[in-house]
Formats: sequence, structure tokens, C-alpha cells
Amino acid sequence: MTTVAPADAPADAPAARPRRTGVLRQSGTVAWRQLVQIKHSPETLLEVGIQPVMFVFMFAFVLAGAMAGSRHAYLQFAVPGLIVQSTVLITARTAIGLNTDVTKGLFDRLRSLPISRTAPLIGRIAADFVMLLWSIALLLGFSILLSFRVTTHWYQLAPMLLLVWVFSFSLSWAAILAGLKASSPENVQALAFGIMLPLTFLSDSFVVAKTMPGWLQAIVKVNPVTMLADSIRGMLVGGPVAEPVTKTLIACAVLLVAFVPLTLRAYHRER
Amino acid sequence: MTYAIQATGLSKRYGETVALHSVDLEVPAGTVLGLLGPNGAGKTTAVRILATLAGPDGGEARVLGHDVVKEAGRVRELIGLTGQFAAIDELLSGVENLMFIGRLLGLSRAESRRVAVDLLERFGLAEAADRSAKTYSGGMRRRLDLAACLVGAPKVIFLDEPTTGLDPNARDQLWEIIRGEVARGVTILLTTQYLEEADQLADDIVVIDRGSVVAQGTPQTLKQEVGRPTLLVRPVDSARLDRVADIVTEVAGEHTRDERFVKTRVNDTGILPAVVRRLDDAGIEVAELSIREPSLDEVFKQLTTENPESTKKVTTP
Ligand SMILES: Nc1ncnc2c1ncn2[C@@H]1O[C@H](COP(=O)(O)OP(=O)(O)OP(=O)(O)O)[C@@H](O)[C@H]1O
Ligand SMILES: [Mg+2]
Repeated sequence: MTTVAPADAPADAPAARPRRTGVLRQSGTVAWRQLVQIKHSPETLLEVGIQPVMFVFMFAFVLAGAMAGSRHAYLQFAVPGLIVQSTVLITARTAIGLNTDVTKGLFDRLRSLPISRTAPLIGRIAADFVMLLWSIALLLGFSILLSFRVTTHWYQLAPMLLLVWVFSFSLSWAAILAGLKASSPENVQALAFGIMLPLTFLSDSFVVAKTMPGWLQAIVKVNPVTMLADSIRGMLVGGPVAEPVTKTLIACAVLLVAFVPLTLRAYHRER
Repeated sequence: MTYAIQATGLSKRYGETVALHSVDLEVPAGTVLGLLGPNGAGKTTAVRILATLAGPDGGEARVLGHDVVKEAGRVRELIGLTGQFAAIDELLSGVENLMFIGRLLGLSRAESRRVAVDLLERFGLAEAADRSAKTYSGGMRRRLDLAACLVGAPKVIFLDEPTTGLDPNARDQLWEIIRGEVARGVTILLTTQYLEEADQLADDIVVIDRGSVVAQGTPQTLKQEVGRPTLLVRPVDSARLDRVADIVTEVAGEHTRDERFVKTRVNDTGILPAVVRRLDDAGIEVAELSIREPSLDEVFKQLTTENPESTKKVTTP
């Protein structure tokens, strides 16, 4: 017995079966969807923005005196660290959002469509990068109000954003793995706070490493967050750039080598 | 016969659990197959394999002639899937949910909006089109979910328990929508736990339990073949139950009994007069004599619980 397609297609179907499109356009659509979500819950913009702003505020008024003597001096040190923290926290959003799709079944619908399998991932990473830009813009704007200054050149923001993007892209793969594996968005959230927050504090983002005990300094040194914070410092307020940037790129390469195969395997494995 | 869906020997295990054991399915183009079974029977597993979301461990399946494993991409162009749990984006409005799918499928912004608005209209969601889906009721979500699976005008759709959790009104609405799709020539495989639903919508029913097919046929033949009517006789004097049992056995071939009744499954209700006559001849006063039609639920229960080895196969030609 053979199986044959029925000769007559549904007469007044809503649309002809659409043509295939490229992965870029599909990713763009996935990103579009996430940005449209913001239209319906604008508080997301606040959520994403409030955290860095609160930190800047706290650092400027609560910690600055004790840490560096003056508000300006401490912000010059801490703002690059806060940029890294925002980057890490946005990556947690990637994981939470992805997990919501997986656990709610939307992910299965996407997998049943004739689209590229990676478009849902690429689109999400792209949309979350837009969120990251927004949060960095708020962070910088507010810091500048409170006396932070870019003392190198403004155009240094461009390579800085590029490096931040490379870092967030690399870290996203770990986040995606968490998003695929966790059983609920709440679990991802807990995981994110359990891993990502310590990661940012066990670095020299906010405190000069020299003040820490030796064993801790060892951890801080190999923490990619430290490397990125040092790079941004070099770019925005002066200091070595080549060395921390090289280290950051190596850390990114390590993240990619470690997580891309794992994540892709988890991604392509059926659930 | 041309089959829109054809599966042979589908098998799938999850660790120790045998989710599907050598299941065969054949769905002629333009018809509805009701895949019926209790919790854990393997319905979702079957749907996921046919919709290319999971690979079978054994056997093979074709959708409109395309292998679901080797030509998964081709199959995805032809199918629509509505999973067991509504897969909509709660943060988007109804229109945006459908436009999202349309644009993924390559429709332009304007086309995707037109398709979305049409579908929402058809599904009675026009008024809620611009509201975010988190404000939708369960029935509205289900309808939106179903609409989303139709955006690409699929030729074969899979509906996994489309009406579970809906009130009778919402259920009837959904049934109407499904019938509308069938009228357009779409082939449908729907899973359900309710016989009534299968009876209402399906041209053919396959009953699975613990991963195996336990019965299949049209709703009508299933009712006839599996759940034959029962003849009940209660004599006034229960001391005469033995004699009644003898008579019933002579006429109908077999009987079961308890303290008050003698029962037998009958093929032909025409035996009723014969039983009455014989009881009369024997001078037995009858308190109650009736024929009870099988309910579909009885058929279902009988198929899925009374046959632990799942050997009772009823197959219609
Ligand atoms: N991903 C999985 N991992 C482990 N076991 C699974 C998985 N998916 C299904 N199973 C098992 O396979 C069997 C069949 O499950 P399936 O979901 O297909 O049943 P179902 O008929 O859809 O049930 P329900 O009516 O509850 O939806 C069950 O015993 C289930 O526990
Ligand atoms: Mg199921």
C-alpha cells in the first residue's frame, strides 16, 4: 500500500503554504516577538533598568566613601564592574525566557514548524542584546549624572560594546543549557542567582583584588568577570587594555568550546 | 486507498517505560482518526513522533508520503500541531501570536496580519484580538492555540486532547471548528480520553492502552463488537435463578449471574421474544426483563482495564 498526497489541497485555506525563508529573517521574527512583549509589559524595561541604576546609586552614596574616599573615584572604578554585572544578569534573562518557552510548550510548536532549528536561539540572543544595550545606556547615563566620566575617548564605547557582546554571546550558551534543562523558570532564576551573583562578586568588579585574602585573589584572577571588568576599565577610564582583552577573548573561547557542543546536543535532543 | 498518515510498528521507550509498542495507524486523507486512551496510554508520544518532535525507537511513519524521520523538514511544511497544553505566548496579543507564526513561515507583515485577523474572526476571538493572551480564558487559549496551528494552512493536523478542561460550550465550539477544518479537506489525528468526543468527530477510532493498540474500528462497530447489549432477567423468586440461567444459556449461549440477576451479552436483540416464551413455558414469574445498551464509557473501560494483556483486538475490515 502506498501513501500518496491528496490531489486537492484545501480549497479556501487562509494562505498558500508560505515559501521558506532564511534563518536571519526567522531569527529577526523571534527577536521581534520578544520586543513586542515589552509593548505589553513595559515594566520589563524598568525591571531591566532598575537594577543597574539602584547599584549605581548604592555605590555612589553608600559605599563610595568607605571604598575610595570620593564618589567620583569609586564610580570610576565600579561602573565598569556594573556593566559586567548587567551583562551577566541579562544572560540570566535569556535562560529564564527560554525555559518559559520550553515548559509552556511554545518551543515544541516552533520545533514543529518548517523553520531553522537555531532561529529561536539566535533571535532570543539578539533580542536580549538589545535589552543589554538599554540597561548599559541607563547605567552609563545615570553614572554620568553622578560624576562618572569616560576619561579615554567616547569612541572607546564602540569596542567596549563589541567586547561585551562577544562575552554575552559566549555566556549565553551556558544560559541556554540551563534554560533547556531546568524544570521551571523559577529554578532557572534560583540557579542564576546562585551562580551568577557570586560570579560577579568574586571578581574585582567592585573591590580591588589586593584587599582580598590570597586564595580568593586566585579565584578572582581566573574569573572571566574580572577579565571583562578590567578590559572595560582600560577602555573607558584608562589602564592596560591589550592584556585583559586577550584574556577575556580566551575566556570566551573556553566558554564556547565547553558549552556550544553540550548545548547543541541538549537542544537537538528531543524532550 | 491513499493514506495521509501511515505508521507501522511504531515503538518508543523511555528508560523502562514502554510508551509505544508496535503501533500501526492508517488515516485516509480527509478523514479524522480518534486516538483514544487513558492517561499514560502513549497518545502524546504517538503525536510527537508523527509531528517530528521525537524519533521512534522502532517502526516508521509517513505523513503524506514523507518519512517523519528522514524527511522531517518536508513533513513540517505539511502539518500543524496543537499540543496537549496551549502553546501560546501569554505576553502577546491574539493577533500578534498568530502574526508571529505567520511571519516565521515567511508571510509578509501585511499577509500575516490578514491571515491572523481572518482566523481570529473564524474562531470567535475577533473582540479579544488585541488583548494580551494572558487575559484569555482557558477556552479562548485553546482556540487561539488551534488557530496558531492553522496559520500555515496545514494539510494534516495533530490535536492532542484539544478539549480537555473545557466546559461543554467551549467544547462544542471547538468541535465545530474541527469539523470546519475537516470540511476543507484537512486530515486530522486527534487524541482524547473521551469516547464521546471520538464518537462525535472521528471516522475511525484506535484505542490504545499502555502503548499498544487494543481495538480499532468505526465508532459504530466498536460499540457493536465490543460492547454488545446486555440482557438482564430477574425472577420474582430468586430460588428459580438456576432455571432462568439454563434457559438463557440455551437461547443465548452463555450467561453470568449474581444473587438477583441472570445476565448475558446478546448479539441480536431478536432473541428477546424467545427468552420470554421459554420463561413463560417454564412458568417462571419475571420481575424484570430488560436490554441495556452499552454505554461508550463501558466499552472504553472494558477495553482499557478488563484486558490486562491487551490482547483483545477488534478489527474491522
Ligand atoms: N519524556 C519522557 N520521559 C520519560 N517517560 C515518558 C516521557 N514521555 C512520556 N513518558 C512515559 O510514556 C508513557 C506514555 O506517555 P504519554 O505522554 O504518551 O501518554 P498520554 O497517553 O499522552 O497520557 P495523558 O493522557 O496523561 O496525556 C507514560 O508512562 C509516560 O510516563
Ligand atoms: Mg498526553
